[in-house]
Amino acid sequence: MSTSANAARQEAPRGGPLSGAGPRRLGLAVLAAAAVAAPFVAPGLQSQMAVLWVMVVLALTWDVVGGQMGYNSFGNIVFFGAGMYASAVVQRALSLNAQETTTAGAGGAEALLAPIQYLGGLGLGLACAALVAVLVALPLGASILRLRGHYFAICTLGLGVAAGEIASAWDWLGAGSGLVTPLFPEALGNRNRFFCFYFLALAGACFAVLKLLYRRRFGLLINAIRDDEDKAEAMGLPTIRAKVVAWSVAAFFLALAGGAYGNFIGFIDPLDIAFSGATFGVWMILMAIMGGRGTLWGPILGAMVFHVTQELFWTFLLGWHRVAMGLLIVVIVTFLPDGILGWVRERRGGAALAEGRRA
Amino acid sequence: MQLLLDGLLVGAIFALAAYGMALVWGVMNIINVAQGELVILGGFLTWWLTTLGIHPLFGIPLAGAVLFAFGWLLYRTVVHRLVDRDLFVSLLATFGLSILLQQLMNQVFGADIRNANAGLGSTYLLGDGVVLANIKLVAFAVALAAAAGLLLVLRRSRAGRAIRATSQNARAARLMGVRTDRVYALAFALNAAVCGIAGALVAMVWVVHPFIGITYTVRSFVIVVVAGLGNIAPVVISGAALGDAENITGFLLGAEFQTAFVFLLLVVILLLRSYLLSRRRQVLR
Amino acid sequence: MNALLEVDRVSKSFGGVAANREISLSVPAGAVHGLIGPNGSGKTTLFNSIVGHHPLDAGSVAFDGTRIERMTVPRIARLGLLRTFQQTRVYGAMSCVENMQVSAPHRTAHGGVLLRRVPAAVTERAEGLLEFVGLAALRHHRAGSLSFGQQKLLEFAMALMFRPKMLLLDEPTAGINPTLINGMIDRLVRANAELGVTLLVIEHNMRVVMNLATHIYCLAHGRLLAAGTPEEVRNDPRVVEAYLGGE
Repeated sequence: MSTSANAARQEAPRGGPLSGAGPRRLGLAVLAAAAVAAPFVAPGLQSQMAVLWVMVVLALTWDVVGGQMGYNSFGNIVFFGAGMYASAVVQRALSLNAQETTTAGAGGAEALLAPIQYLGGLGLGLACAALVAVLVALPLGASILRLRGHYFAICTLGLGVAAGEIASAWDWLGAGSGLVTPLFPEALGNRNRFFCFYFLALAGACFAVLKLLYRRRFGLLINAIRDDEDKAEAMGLPTIRAKVVAWSVAAFFLALAGGAYGNFIGFIDPLDIAFSGATFGVWMILMAIMGGRGTLWGPILGAMVFHVTQELFWTFLLGWHRVAMGLLIVVIVTFLPDGILGWVRERRGGAALAEGRRA
Repeated sequence: MQLLLDGLLVGAIFALAAYGMALVWGVMNIINVAQGELVILGGFLTWWLTTLGIHPLFGIPLAGAVLFAFGWLLYRTVVHRLVDRDLFVSLLATFGLSILLQQLMNQVFGADIRNANAGLGSTYLLGDGVVLANIKLVAFAVALAAAAGLLLVLRRSRAGRAIRATSQNARAARLMGVRTDRVYALAFALNAAVCGIAGALVAMVWVVHPFIGITYTVRSFVIVVVAGLGNIAPVVISGAALGDAENITGFLLGAEFQTAFVFLLLVVILLLRSYLLSRRRQVLR
Repeated sequence: MNALLEVDRVSKSFGGVAANREISLSVPAGAVHGLIGPNGSGKTTLFNSIVGHHPLDAGSVAFDGTRIERMTVPRIARLGLLRTFQQTRVYGAMSCVENMQVSAPHRTAHGGVLLRRVPAAVTERAEGLLEFVGLAALRHHRAGSLSFGQQKLLEFAMALMFRPKMLLLDEPTAGINPTLINGMIDRLVRANAELGVTLLVIEHNMRVVMNLATHIYCLAHGRLLAAGTPEEVRNDPRVVEAYLGGE
């Protein structure tokens, strides 16, 4: 076997929706430029774009465990909510501290923070959020990921709801009324624009890290687990370790998204925002499926299509839009289980080389 | 004593919904995540009767009949596409159904907490030490009767035999001339009917609300996991045990933690099960 | 010579049906031994007992001097004892090369190894072994799209990729095209001779096993019926009767 020819073959056919190495890189650059420019072109849509990038992170992280590894989790929202609470609790503690020293309690409970205090608090909050999420994910993953099939799915579903119920019953976390996050200082400019760029950067980082990981041994391992876990065990592969790493990577990025999302919205509600199983919790699954499970671009595509659809529902079906969302889930899952990319690939005649999956 | 007795009586209702879930799981290999919403729908129907001035006890047969038809409809429109599919598809699709039903009920019945008061008074036991709402006794009896009725249908009737045959080996049953598609429809409709009856009881004993269905789904699942798919006695016993355990934790930790407890119990039971199996070198599937 | 695999009076029953009753056998390092017996005589159950699929009722198993009868599948595999499946098990949605790459051993036991690239040497070895089993031309095809016989070859190559000390092969020639059978036998022999892998082979095809194995065990009704050289076993009246009466 000539290794050079072999290396060339490995590089070339990685094409997903945009094939060919050169054009693909160009396409990626154009996309990134468009994403950065968009908030300036359409300032009215900045908050929409921020939510869109959150959705992209949700779909991408779900797909690590649910798509690439084949473990259908209904409870990833736990890490989103845990990150949100961890970040908010840290920031509140810091801001109380700051008020005592600088404004001597003059501004009331929700006094404005100086930009540097706000950013410092947010940064520390996010760091703690990521830390907490990973610390929770490690033991949880090591135990729950031993379950298979129905049992795993239902167990994660229970976990997600349990987390929400605990948060809404626990006084220290504000119980049912939730928490208020620090006010955004005006000196930092537009809040929506700030968070739009934060979430864009996060989505970009998440994409880059996953793209890298999928090309390492990690990617091979979680794909093997998806295809036949018993075989992987019989071959002595470190399945548990791979599963826990996958779960923790997802938790890490989810917590970074959740930790800032609380600040973006301005307050945290335990059931409707942090541990919102019926919205974000199931949407992340739906977006990944809609775009195409087990692909890198599928969840991103799915998130975009889904977000636009959802906004249209919201605009035109006011009041009934959640009913429509439920209907959409049922329709997509029963009729389009392989997603847009899966459907496109089938239409193209299913060359179905393994490379296509990991575009 | 009060707690134990209450838990026992309420547990029978959980057991009823769980038995329906076991039926669908065993026959069609589908876990119906919308189970709880079917229960709540039955409850709302009963409540709706009371707003018309009709006694809620009539809600029991009504909810059973309406939900039977509704279950059949659900099977024909959605669920029949899920048989023999990837388990993930069926889980997510029924999860979508559950959200759809929640939101529909929210639109139609409103987001208020509803109760259908049967006005049957209470019985005092042990020198007034234990108060027992009569309706709970009625609910207990009805739940057991419904479960026994379902069992009788499965054991004795032709349709029941077809259901059992299909659950053991669908392909063989099909070869023997059993119309499995109808069997599945019947099983799902029967499941919806028992859920409806359970819901009618829930509305009378307790309250219904569009968004609490998921707790009934999880309770059913816990009971089925503990009791297995087979017989009715373990289902009733674990239902009662679950009712008791919930009441006691609600009493010890405060009612606001009661729901969280149900879900944590689920997680713990599943992990325990997997741990026990792995000690025996086996993997839980 | 010391035995690499030592099975001592292993018993296993399922719901009252005894699948294995007090079976003892031993395979020395570097040998090729065969395991035969009519359908339902407990051959696959014995494999499952050895590699840790289910707990044993009684008896012990030692591999390379280590007692393994209480270990789980992955641990036993990491000791260098692998098995292949009668119905092939490959990672269907991955390409042949990826199937091979992921099967490479990773005995450095820490998490960092997950994040590393697949080393060029591993890819090279993967390509080489695919060549060895004659699948080089298909290396970028999805494993799930291969024919049954090709999947068997791939599964065998994946097992070799792991550099096992010993392979338990469950009917490596069953269900594959008769013209491929000789190729398969040839590769088994070469894997044993050139790579030094000890083999224990379940085989239905008597001609194959007689040519391949130096020592044969015959099971019937869960018991060890006979053991010895191919000549001895073939001429053992009990074996003849088990085959004629049993099938």
